[in-house]
Amino acid sequence: MDWFNAVIQGLLLGGLYALFATGLSIMFGVMRVVNLAHGDLAVVASFLALSMVNATNAPLWVAVVITTPLFAVLGYLTQRILLQRSLRVGPMSTLVVTFGLSIVIQNVLLKIYSADTRTLGGGGFATGSFHLTNDIAIPYLSLATFVLAVVVIVAIQLFLSRTGLGRMLRASSDDPDTATLVGADSRHVYGIATAIAFGTVALAGIMMAMRSSFDPATGPSRLLFAFEAVVIGGLGSLWGTLLGGMVLGLTQSVGAQIDPALTILLGHLVFLAVLAFRPQGLLPGRTA
Amino acid sequence: MSLTDTLTSRAAKAASVRRSTRSTRVGGGVLTLVVLILAVLPFAVFSSVTDSLVNLFILIALASMWNLLAGFAGLVSVGQQAYFGLGAYAVLVFAEQGVQAYLAIILAAITAAVFAVPTSWLAFRLRGDYFAIGTWVIAEVYRLVTTRIDRLGGASGKSLTTLSDIDPVTRGALNYWVALVVAVASVVACYLLLRSRLGLALMAVRDEETAANAVGINVPRAKRWVYLISAAGCGAAGGVLLVTSLSVNPNAVYSVQWSAYMIFIVVIGGIGYIEGPLLGAVIFFALQQALADYGTTYLILLGLCGIAVALFAPRGLWGMIADRTRISLFPVGYNLAAPAGSDEPSTGEDQTR
Amino acid sequence: MTLLSVDALDVHYGQLQAIRDLSLTVEAGQVVAMIGANGAGKSTLLRALAGSNHPSGGTITFAGVDITRVPAHRRVTSGIALVPEGRRLFRSLTVEENLLTGAYRKRPGPWTLERVYEMFPWMGDRRRQSSAQLSGGEQQSVAIGRALMSNPELILIDELSLGLAPVIVRRIYGVLPTIVEQGTAALIVEQDVSQALRVADHVHCLLEGRSVLDGAPDELSTEQIEHAYFGIAHPSAHETPRGD
Repeated sequence: MDWFNAVIQGLLLGGLYALFATGLSIMFGVMRVVNLAHGDLAVVASFLALSMVNATNAPLWVAVVITTPLFAVLGYLTQRILLQRSLRVGPMSTLVVTFGLSIVIQNVLLKIYSADTRTLGGGGFATGSFHLTNDIAIPYLSLATFVLAVVVIVAIQLFLSRTGLGRMLRASSDDPDTATLVGADSRHVYGIATAIAFGTVALAGIMMAMRSSFDPATGPSRLLFAFEAVVIGGLGSLWGTLLGGMVLGLTQSVGAQIDPALTILLGHLVFLAVLAFRPQGLLPGRTA
Repeated sequence: MSLTDTLTSRAAKAASVRRSTRSTRVGGGVLTLVVLILAVLPFAVFSSVTDSLVNLFILIALASMWNLLAGFAGLVSVGQQAYFGLGAYAVLVFAEQGVQAYLAIILAAITAAVFAVPTSWLAFRLRGDYFAIGTWVIAEVYRLVTTRIDRLGGASGKSLTTLSDIDPVTRGALNYWVALVVAVASVVACYLLLRSRLGLALMAVRDEETAANAVGINVPRAKRWVYLISAAGCGAAGGVLLVTSLSVNPNAVYSVQWSAYMIFIVVIGGIGYIEGPLLGAVIFFALQQALADYGTTYLILLGLCGIAVALFAPRGLWGMIADRTRISLFPVGYNLAAPAGSDEPSTGEDQTR
Repeated sequence: MTLLSVDALDVHYGQLQAIRDLSLTVEAGQVVAMIGANGAGKSTLLRALAGSNHPSGGTITFAGVDITRVPAHRRVTSGIALVPEGRRLFRSLTVEENLLTGAYRKRPGPWTLERVYEMFPWMGDRRRQSSAQLSGGEQQSVAIGRALMSNPELILIDELSLGLAPVIVRRIYGVLPTIVEQGTAALIVEQDVSQALRVADHVHCLLEGRSVLDGAPDELSTEQIEHAYFGIAHPSAHETPRGD
């Protein structure tokens, strides 16, 4: 039954990875930018929520409600101020700028919070679980995160397919030049894409902080998980990203069952195997 | 300027082409002199100076190799620490097998190149930003696999013991010279490589890939060669790190921080110029020394400088210098001795993507 | 009323000057055609009018406002829509979604999804299909529909007939009167000279970025057009019969 539990846990963990990878997927889909600071942004959200909870004793959901929109605004501004300019300079420039952001964020966090490992207490909700049978327990937090991920993905898909602005995001992803000719202001469209990316990554960062410990240097390894989920699932499809996240979560969870030291390595190896044998991903998509 | 433009403008002007200029010859003389002075330094200064210069030499070697990869072959990797770490471990293993540790650095370079062959099969499936992050994942696999090999000391690493019979002063000097040799060899290798047929092919690719394909340059092959050479250089640098620090820790030696150093040194110094990594490494080194008492402040500054240069001066500091003065110490492009009055820039280095 | 007036326009394309000192006007409700050989600068002109290429000199005035420096997406709001060369539909969007992108700027006017489907009846039935599955002629129709959805006062159509069978081209041109009836002026670039002469009220012939000949189709002789088209200085030297 341990194995069965590992599978369930792994699939649910996939929801968290998908939530986390959504922003990466969208930014790449719309702007062809891989944001190397993506993982560090999640860690910033974790620390921000921690500080808020510690300073005000407010419940965690308040921190979520404040942090997520705050990050969305931050994302919009980052795009307009930093990334837009680097997009004009060239692809190497965006890579260097986001990598620079990553280094700056990590070391600023280190200065503020020190290198200590932290956790975000979510109370009974974060540690509790309900039993399906005597042997199979499903943690509330994992389930809630999974449901949240699905809700977020559905919401983003609805936005992309039902609204004018959402269609423009997809149109810009297909052909930015022509999108401008039908009236898209690419700076605004890219700003919205980045806002969605930052908002979702903040949400994922807080959910992740309840589940596992974090420190200022955690970002890069999280970035790699998100990236792997996107590539395994197939570029340009959020449902693919969910599937990719679940494959990655499952692999890590089963790997941990074999030998805890294998957890991450096995995830990387599955990613490399997909790269070698099915580079288009499991579910290559048609939209951003 | 695109390749075709270049070719037409060359043909049209029927200009005579030459590589070296007066500034090149003067610069070459100065550089030789600098290397000679650096070579005799262990006889003149305290070992604390030479010890810290070893770090500068490692950075120069790494940055030159990254510049070769990204600046000339367009392969933006965030995973060269794989070969840096591999080189360190290779020296460790060869030394344990009885090879003299300093000589094992050559074997480390070869080992890195050999491992780079299968790695490139995988990495070259990815393009652009995905190549960058994919190589990073591969470097992580190198790290995680290393930590699982008990003979290599697992996650806690291992020490090199075979150099302990050399007295510390002599060893310090030897370390310094070996590091200097590796750094100079990296720069000279870049220079010779870029002046070779392969280098010409690369610059054609950088300027216009489709055109280069069309005129019969085997683009993937050229890129793969550069990838292997860059791996070898990083492997040698990793070997130098081991012989100077005498121990290796997988988490430190395979850290993505090395990529951060390489990238920001090259970007700040000037990507696509052989001089760029030299200038960048000296700036980085100076920043690191000056802010030594303020923890990681130098990294924050490094990141901010990198962002600023990437946004506002994408050709880096050397690019700005070269624009204003037209100095080129390592002429890997061609200078057109154009008809009087024409102002044609050197074609090899006039564009960075 | 003059809708569009282009005055002494220069456009550079890299080192190359694609448009030189070009002036033209389009009246409201008029159909103006640009003809000329490959590389004469026709597409560059349309892209400059739509805002994709930036002129290096001269002015573009639209409905009395100088729009020379206005970015492309704001020109859609002012009432200019481009049907680009090669159709350029959004491949991952359905037919209807492609049409709806045209309505993004929400200009008021006669054109709605229903009106477009009325004009191209097949389109309504296949509105949920991916645009990538359409034939060239169908894609061209969707591209026109998409441009109309912004309710433009001026529609720019670039190389409508490129790669299409003549019968399809004639069918698509058949909708032009319907479009003009709604008060939209059209500036078209057309390689097929006879087709251009058939539909246009006024024709410009471009040669190396300059307008070398212009007038109403019935004022221009075949010989005049041929000479302008090929840039022949001495009329008797190369008589190549062509067109109607």
